[in-house]
Amino acid sequence: MSLLSSEWTALLYLLAAVCFILALKGLSSPKTARRGNAIGAAGALVAVVTVFLSARLENIPLILAAIAVGSAIAVPVARRVQMTQMPQLVALFNGVGGGAAALVAVLELGHSGDPWVRLAVVFTMLVGAVSFAGSAVTVAKLQELISARPLLFPGMPWVMGAVILGAVVSGVLVVLTGAVGWSLALLGLGLAAGLLLVLPVGGADVPIVISLLNAFTGLAVAASGVVLGNVLLLVAGTLVGASGTILTKVMASAMGRGVAGIMFGAFKGGSTAGSTAVSDRPVRSSSPEDVAVQLGYAQRVVIVPGYGLAVAQGQHTVAELATALADRGVDVVFAIHPVAGRMPGHMNVLLAEADVPYESLRELAEVNPEFANTDIVLVVGANDVVNPAAKSSPGSPIYGMPILEVVQAQQVVFLKRSMRPGFAGIENELLHDPKTTLLFGDAKDSLARVLGAVKAL
Amino acid sequence: MGPVALLTVVVLAVFVGFEVVSKVTSKLHTPLMSGANAIHGIILVGAIIVAGQAGDPWVLGIALLAVVLATVNLVGGFVVTDRMLEMFSGHRQTRKPAQPGGAQPGAGPAGGSAAGESADRAGPGGAHPRKGTSGGVTGEAR
Repeated sequence: MSLLSSEWTALLYLLAAVCFILALKGLSSPKTARRGNAIGAAGALVAVVTVFLSARLENIPLILAAIAVGSAIAVPVARRVQMTQMPQLVALFNGVGGGAAALVAVLELGHSGDPWVRLAVVFTMLVGAVSFAGSAVTVAKLQELISARPLLFPGMPWVMGAVILGAVVSGVLVVLTGAVGWSLALLGLGLAAGLLLVLPVGGADVPIVISLLNAFTGLAVAASGVVLGNVLLLVAGTLVGASGTILTKVMASAMGRGVAGIMFGAFKGGSTAGSTAVSDRPVRSSSPEDVAVQLGYAQRVVIVPGYGLAVAQGQHTVAELATALADRGVDVVFAIHPVAGRMPGHMNVLLAEADVPYESLRELAEVNPEFANTDIVLVVGANDVVNPAAKSSPGSPIYGMPILEVVQAQQVVFLKRSMRPGFAGIENELLHDPKTTLLFGDAKDSLARVLGAVKAL
Repeated sequence: MGPVALLTVVVLAVFVGFEVVSKVTSKLHTPLMSGANAIHGIILVGAIIVAGQAGDPWVLGIALLAVVLATVNLVGGFVVTDRMLEMFSGHRQTRKPAQPGGAQPGAGPAGGSAAGESADRAGPGGAHPRKGTSGGVTGEAR
């Protein structure tokens, strides 16, 4: 069916592209974010309807069935996923998008006579495959199907070099000959490159990788726009590629590191490796009742949430505790490190779910000067983001990362599951500091017991 | 479109992309990443074109796989972003009238020819009912 003229088609694609720009624009401010997302979805709907009405398509019932299958998979998963698993899901969606772009490019190879178009095909296949395989590894790491530690084997840089060389050679051959055989080799090498790229990245850096692969998929989609001669794909892909690149850089600088250092740091002698060793140095542990007394009679409390809170699903309990303390006249705020959790902004999502008011969230730069006149810092399931090693030991993998300087406060209470080091695998000196006490146990349990004790004061 | 026109479009889109996210607060990094992620799901348009022109059953099979994957990216991306943002704006007032978008997932997988499009709308559809309730009031205030 070709109900729309090419002019109308182009205009509707333009409309969709504008919707995507407005979506990204809206998403960068809390006030307009939700509307922005809705505008983006509307743009996508316009684009999909347009392609059905404008292109001469066969197999329409099958295509609609495939869309129905995709939606039937995606919607329930997206609706039901727990907040802790959000990073995995975003990585997964990103990966399948990259995979789709690579498949589209493979299939278009036969139709592209022009070497320049074939170059775009090669780019799409390679980047799409890297994104697919890289995202798969990311999901596996976050889901703890494989170790979150950097995985390296001897000679890995050589293997990586060989894969890249092979990819370049087969890419050139595809551009020159358009042979499908070489394109399959290219696809395989792209998948291998994706694996090798993400396996050596330490768990704490995974958020950056998700964002980077997101930008990659955007670029693959942009290139597929060249392949198909479709301006909408070109614009939308470029937008995501560009904004994803900026976002990746912003996040990396929030961790005080360069993107290249994160991606290839492990090659330079296991820099993000850290240790799994459990320290046997003495620590002071405490009881929920003692912590409740400390908190209940404090003037100013800062709560530092981390991934442990997300794992324990303790966000509602910590919100209740904050309310109970505020009712006693304690000044309570939450200090949010930009990379706390497994995804930048993870803690904001989590606390928003628990209806913690926006006004009581403090960003790193705002809260750091305030620690000096804070009575107690309650660290709930966070570790690396408060680790003074980031400032004091140049050899540490997290050296240079801006941290929440909780050591400035009068007292620090850690709620921890065990003495195991954090995701980055680095021991935390702060745990052995004389002003620190520890309350062991699941974060939600501990919080509930502290909450009960605070209410009984 | 000629190569120069395409290049023009790309260069301008790069600048727009840089511009729109350059001043974003870290509080919104996650939804922004997830929203951008949904946008590249528009590769669905490409997958539909390829599937629609497929003659060979193998090609058709692979193209339909691409359609499924792209739909998962596009629809899932918008729905999950909306869910995150719902929490951001879903502050007290009347304590959430139990998942306003909850009807949509049922509508999506219902099958049949219109299913795809109704599921596509699940993102924005899930957003609107709340506009009139608490989201509009407290959400805007912040």
